[in-house]
Amino acid sequence: MSIAESLEKADGLDDGGVNLWRGAWRRLRRSPTAWLGAVIVGAFLLVALAAPLLTSYEPASTQWAGQVGTSNVPGPSEDHVLGLDRFGSDLWTQLVYGARTSLLYGVISTLIGLVAGATLGAVAGGFATVGGRIGGVVDSALMRLVDIMLSVPSLLLAVSVAAVLGQSGTAIVIAIGVAQVPVFARLLRSSMLSQGQADYVLAANALGLRRSRIVMSHLLPNSVGPTIVQATLNLATAIIEVAALSYLGLGAPDPAIAEWGRMLVAAQDRFDEAPRLAVLPGVAIAVTALGFTLLGESLRESLDPRSRR
Amino acid sequence: MSAPATPETGRTPLLSVRDLRVRFTRDGRTTTAVDEVAFDVAPGQNVALVGESGSGKSVTSLAVMGLLPARGVEVSGSVTYDGRDLLGMRPRELERLRGPEIAMVFQDPMTSLNPVVTVGTQLDEVLKRHFDLSRRERRERCADLLARVGIPDPVRRLKEYPHQLSGGMRQRVLIAIALACEPRLLIADEPTTALDVTIQAQVLDVLAELVAGSSTALLLITHDLGVVAGVCDEVNVMYAGRIVEQAPRRPLFAAPAHPYTDGLLGSIPRLDTPRGAPLVPIPGSPTQTLPWADACAFAPRCPRVEDDCRAGAPRLEARGEGRDVRCFHPLVPTATRKDLR
Repeated sequence: MSIAESLEKADGLDDGGVNLWRGAWRRLRRSPTAWLGAVIVGAFLLVALAAPLLTSYEPASTQWAGQVGTSNVPGPSEDHVLGLDRFGSDLWTQLVYGARTSLLYGVISTLIGLVAGATLGAVAGGFATVGGRIGGVVDSALMRLVDIMLSVPSLLLAVSVAAVLGQSGTAIVIAIGVAQVPVFARLLRSSMLSQGQADYVLAANALGLRRSRIVMSHLLPNSVGPTIVQATLNLATAIIEVAALSYLGLGAPDPAIAEWGRMLVAAQDRFDEAPRLAVLPGVAIAVTALGFTLLGESLRESLDPRSRR
Repeated sequence: MSAPATPETGRTPLLSVRDLRVRFTRDGRTTTAVDEVAFDVAPGQNVALVGESGSGKSVTSLAVMGLLPARGVEVSGSVTYDGRDLLGMRPRELERLRGPEIAMVFQDPMTSLNPVVTVGTQLDEVLKRHFDLSRRERRERCADLLARVGIPDPVRRLKEYPHQLSGGMRQRVLIAIALACEPRLLIADEPTTALDVTIQAQVLDVLAELVAGSSTALLLITHDLGVVAGVCDEVNVMYAGRIVEQAPRRPLFAAPAHPYTDGLLGSIPRLDTPRGAPLVPIPGSPTQTLPWADACAFAPRCPRVEDDCRAGAPRLEARGEGRDVRCFHPLVPTATRKDLR
């Protein structure tokens, strides 16, 4: 068979990036861990998106407040699958709408952190590895900026942002997102630096490839793995942080927005008589975080061509 | 110092290195890795740079390619390629030269290929960078290149990742990538060191064959004189950053003049070595050197050392037959050879 003939048969030479992700997807589908993570994440996405279909009540509707006594919170009944909370709202409705809030805030804040952080990190790492003489200066300048961001505690940052923007969901999202920037920037930069030492980068240089090409097609694909894992893991922490900031009263003041963190606060003084009020949102937070963690971990494995089984 | 021997053909050199000196500065301390290095590579000629680890041969090749890091490294002297000064060249110009004019094969095939990109893409991006070819033409060329370095079923291999190939295959791929743009000068830095002995011969054959069948000149960097014997026309032997002997292949192998070259030849088995005769290693290690500034660096390990070797630095001097030797007491004294003639 001639080369031309066999080329006809071959279904094309794709760009490295495309092939890499396609291979990763194939491996991901074979991993039970990835499936578990994906099922959890998928279930929460479904609950969050389809919240109005899963319950017939409005979140934070306190129309049953009269049924809640000083020493008694009504448990599961025919009308209320999981019972009421201390304000007389339907607990199932609160949980379902809480998923919506958590996922939305978590995803947006992580995206802010990822996009801003990865851009900073990639520029710094790119300049440091193939930027020549001025590269080091650009890298140092960017990284000092990141250091300054890192030196501000994220909680303090969140309080300050909330102070500037007012107490709102936007403030929480920006605060959590900005607090994540240094992590992504440093992670991507450091993995690019270590990849920059690799022989194949030297070899690519020796072939006269453009420096932009070396960064985009050689350094980045070899460096994004840890950053993607971190993004998925950060989703887990972001969801917890959203809850934490709400717990501290920095979240949206509107009681009509159900939030797992605020549910935990409310459950505190009724824990003895109705532990489910704290346990259920707690489990929801933990399971969601676990789902993203499992997914992130299997994503990392599948992106590493050497972990092919 | 004396000018190196012009190749016997008298052609103008493609690559001309003069007075090359590379110094590394770290924590305020300066180390001279390469000094007074001068040699020529004529078009189509195969030249070897031979020496032990740390003799400065790889640093020399990286300096020629302009691939040494910018910080903490000081390169002086001149490197002229096709009449153009490489050391003073802007990075952008140098980038255009690398690939179509000068290409390089690296030592370790396990790490010199990007692990997450297919072999085909790594070949393709070089063609894409330097040639104006259609996607289809490039693809055919890629498959053809792999076939030329002796990789069976090249079309399938194009879609594979480096970890799916053996070490010998990967080195073949690296050779294919380096030759993709048909460079006029190929620098091969220990191209067979990381491979099994049986594979070494195969890969060396592929390299020698491709270089012989084209107008490409080869600068072969190796520690193995056995590799040099089959491939190269001119040999430069380096020790502690300087060239100690520079000679055409035949006179060098027939009668090495520098005691170090003699030691290197004595330490490899030859067909005419009597059976059972032990190989003679060079005593000591390359770390036992004297500074070139006021002595011969090889003196601590040299079997022919005399007092004057520790008192002043020998210079590279012409000893006939196109040979230059940096030694006070070479093995073939000039007078003796004249008598023989």
